Amino acid sequence: MPKITIDDIELEVEPGLTVLQACELAGKEVPRFCYHERLSVAGNCRMCLVEMEKAPKPIASCAMPVGEGMKIKTDSEMVKKARHGVMEFLLINHPLDCPICDQGGECDLQDQAMGYGFDRSRYLEMKRAVDDKYLGPLVKTEMTRCIHCTRCVRFATEVAGVPELGATGRGETMEITTYVEKALSSELSGNIIDLCPVGALTSKPYAFVARPWELKKTESIDVTDALGSNIRIDARGPEILRVLPRVNEDVNEEWLSDKARFSYDGLLRQRLDKPYVRRDGKLRPATWEEAFAAIVARLANVSGNKIAAIAGDLADCESMFALKSLMTSLGSTNIDCRQDGAAVGEGSRSGYLFNSGVAGIEQADAILLVGTNPRTEAAVLNARIRKRFLSGKAKIAVIGPDADFTYKYQSLGANPPVLSDIASGSHAFAETLKKASKPMIIVGSGALARADGAAVLAAARAVADSCGLIKDGWNGFNVLQRAASRVGGLDLGFIPGAGGKGTKAILDGASSGEIEVVYLLGADEIDTKRLGKAFVIYQGHHGDAGAARADVILPGAAYTEKDGTYVNTEGRVQRALRAVFPVGDARDDWAILRALSERLGKKLPFDTIEAVQTLMAKAVPHLGNVDETTPASWGAFGTAGTITGGDFTYPVDNYYMTDAIGRASITMAKCITEILGQGTPRTGTHG
Amino acid sequence: MLKDKDRIFTNIYGLHDPFLSGARARGDWDGTKEILERGRDKIIDEMKASGLRGRGGAGFGTGLKWSFMPKEIGARPHYLVVNADEGEPGTCKDREILRHEPHKLVEGCLIASFAMGAHAAYIYVRGEFYRETQALQRAIDEAYDNGLIGKNACGSGWDFDLYVHRGAGAYICGEETALIESLEGKKGQPRLKPPFPANSGLYGCPTTVNNVESIAVAPEILRRGPAWFAGIGRPNNVGTKLFNISGHVNNPCTVEEEMSIPLKELIERHCGGVTGGWDNLLAVIPGGASVPVLPKSICDTVLMDFDALREVRSGLGTAAVMVMDKSTDIVAAISRLSAFYKHESCGQCTPCREGTGWMARMMSRMVSGAATPREIDLLEQVTRQVEGHTICALGDAAAWPIQGLIRHFRPELERRIAAAKSRPLAAAE
Repeated sequence: MPKITIDDIELEVEPGLTVLQACELAGKEVPRFCYHERLSVAGNCRMCLVEMEKAPKPIASCAMPVGEGMKIKTDSEMVKKARHGVMEFLLINHPLDCPICDQGGECDLQDQAMGYGFDRSRYLEMKRAVDDKYLGPLVKTEMTRCIHCTRCVRFATEVAGVPELGATGRGETMEITTYVEKALSSELSGNIIDLCPVGALTSKPYAFVARPWELKKTESIDVTDALGSNIRIDARGPEILRVLPRVNEDVNEEWLSDKARFSYDGLLRQRLDKPYVRRDGKLRPATWEEAFAAIVARLANVSGNKIAAIAGDLADCESMFALKSLMTSLGSTNIDCRQDGAAVGEGSRSGYLFNSGVAGIEQADAILLVGTNPRTEAAVLNARIRKRFLSGKAKIAVIGPDADFTYKYQSLGANPPVLSDIASGSHAFAETLKKASKPMIIVGSGALARADGAAVLAAARAVADSCGLIKDGWNGFNVLQRAASRVGGLDLGFIPGAGGKGTKAILDGASSGEIEVVYLLGADEIDTKRLGKAFVIYQGHHGDAGAARADVILPGAAYTEKDGTYVNTEGRVQRALRAVFPVGDARDDWAILRALSERLGKKLPFDTIEAVQTLMAKAVPHLGNVDETTPASWGAFGTAGTITGGDFTYPVDNYYMTDAIGRASITMAKCITEILGQGTPRTGTHG
Repeated sequence: MLKDKDRIFTNIYGLHDPFLSGARARGDWDGTKEILERGRDKIIDEMKASGLRGRGGAGFGTGLKWSFMPKEIGARPHYLVVNADEGEPGTCKDREILRHEPHKLVEGCLIASFAMGAHAAYIYVRGEFYRETQALQRAIDEAYDNGLIGKNACGSGWDFDLYVHRGAGAYICGEETALIESLEGKKGQPRLKPPFPANSGLYGCPTTVNNVESIAVAPEILRRGPAWFAGIGRPNNVGTKLFNISGHVNNPCTVEEEMSIPLKELIERHCGGVTGGWDNLLAVIPGGASVPVLPKSICDTVLMDFDALREVRSGLGTAAVMVMDKSTDIVAAISRLSAFYKHESCGQCTPCREGTGWMARMMSRMVSGAATPREIDLLEQVTRQVEGHTICALGDAAAWPIQGLIRHFRPELERRIAAAKSRPLAAAE
């Protein structure tokens, strides 16, 4: 380990670190713009210059690897001069329009100018102005402010895997651009807003909306996919103004997908803000009392086996736990949290988890994707696969249609029986898996939602068993879920009990009249036409498919409006916190169920969210281990059978609208027309 | 004064056949196999002993540079890259070699590549040198056809391939790492160092980038022996050198001379003197656009070599001597150079990107005197803020001419500012 002296502080550091990282270890702050730990080193801003003994010129600390016996000075006269000089250069062509800049208050340039800037300008010439670029509906540009750090270029090329940004021109006329005017086609494009150290790239939906110091910041969990990205929700009053990622190395590193970041405007639209009861065929506003009374009246004398409940993709564990408890007390086992009818949840817990963990991708040396396109199903997780791909240490193969995954892969065709060939060892990829020290299979939730899903699951398991995916300290069998509620629901046993019906059977029963009452907990992705004549209670936050069919609507809280527990695809238990209060008369979902249970005479035994959580942890102990994953043992799951369906298809056609919030979001709608090029084509007569 | 027998480039004016038969008659490709048989270490040692310093401008020991390449060829191949992107204003020596002495370069490439364990070499030629590229390509084809390069080059058992790549006209691509980037098909922007090219250069493989002249003189040095080369000039500044003299001289020319020849002798003997006589001299830029200008008082005595010019705070650079007589508007001349550097800055790093523009604008105001005396100091400070803070040397190159101007011609700048102030406003008349 090299010994290095930084401003008279001697320390031993890991070899391979840069001088800048060593300075940070020594507690010395080094200003920087272009350097970012998760991107390649560019060394172009020259702000991080430090003095190195025996070097005639100051060195860029971000690019210089530490060497034995180096003597670094971070506060000498030379360093000070160099930094002041660079800062002056950065500012001469910067518009200094901080008062109208959205980055104001959280701008690296602004902050560092306080430390290294002059109080007046010596630049008497005209400033440069640069044409703004169109980067799509999410990222607003003000390119005159750009300081050419190329973080955005490096992010797009390296992390997002869409090399659509670059620099054209030379010298002063160098510009960051997309070459041809075109929206960025990445699902991670919003991250360049966070990366931009100045106000050149800002959020389009957030433009001119607020100043950072006006915002109340709440640390929470994203629910737009099953990754459970850690987020910070910034709100002012009752309104969510933006969503930013939080660092969690095990989950989302510091990235966030565009859907998670920008669909928040859907939280203010299409909201269910008061209870409704259907009278004379029309939904009419009602009070909570009237709504509960209608339910109590309809449930009277209905036996338990004629009642069913389906939980949607955004449901939190607490509300599912409360609903399950209520259904049990009503004598019903017809409950299901798998709207898509996926064949997971029966059998061992390891049969529905991403067992190797999201971070485990970075150790895998052979990855087999089965019927999943992680780019649309969990964009941030896909970036992790790409990172592993770029390291050159993983062989990636795909069973599924060809698509742009942002990395190269070996296509094994889209035909499911390939799985069985691999399991039997007759397919060449079996060798690759067997030779790998940490092989991994990732089965998509779409592949399991087919009619033959159980057989697909069994075939995938056979691959895991026969190709050595399960070994000491490594479980390479992974299911990539799409719904934030899925793993939590399965952990809670929100699946049909003895003699109970699953989603498909519930819908069949409702069509035939066998099921009389269906309780939808935010379930919108079912075929509501098949609910037949059943009495539908919809508890949720958006006026989407479920609410339209409902007979009674109980307005619940969206994920930003309640405390709640979510379990992500790797089984990590995470708590979301309330950022704003539910709109109108809407209430926390567990509380609605608690109140309803009392009216039904089946009072649930809790009065506070803490009590729910305590009871939940008693029923399912690992749900009490917040922020942790509890490894699942390798038990039995799946039902061996013949795979009868055709080729695999990917479940997400439209990345931007996969849930009720996204469908209500104007920003997401713009993404569909401008990025995916779908929707109404614009003609000359459009505004 | 260089004796004719010590001349390396005997066809620099293109008076004879530049191609294989003519080149052979002049001694090229003579005993190349024997040179290669001396072995890698011996060749490098002899190059070190010859004292040849890189002819591209920085003056780094060529033999030493070759010795930085890994001794053993590992998993990654080694490459030689020849920098023929001659874009430094005033410089026109490599061009003469390419079109009139291409075989010296081709032979040099073989020997240098052999010495560094490279089986392939690339010559990156400035895009504007179209005819020169044709001549070079013809020489390479001749060498292939005659078994001088290619498989078993010269019967030495060494396989060697030589490729020509044409640039697209960016000055910055003459910087070695930008050249490598450009050669790889990327935007020509200098790389950060370390890692140096000898460690990780072209396609991440060990690479040495050499100037055309450095490579072209190598075969002759090895044929005649390092002692011969080291005996010309003065210690640490040895050998012969192609000088390009342009500007206000009666007979501008490219001439091979010994190092350390006095500047005055160079101009008087080969160029027919300064127009209007030596006393009409105002200033000389001794080494291409990027080195500081020297006033006549220094030009009277200064020697043309690396160390002597460093002592007077200028540099030999590429030995492109630009002579300016008293009819020259020296401020406008340097301002033109600043405009050049503004135009050619790659824009990658902050001090150069922003600083070249700032300096060029201030310089253009200095030409007309539309400035204040304090701005001369500001200009000087800006050059110091650029110098030494950039990724590559272009920032330094942009700063030095202005520093030279302020150092030697500050009274002229002040005079112009004062004159502009006392000039009545046109509108007031």
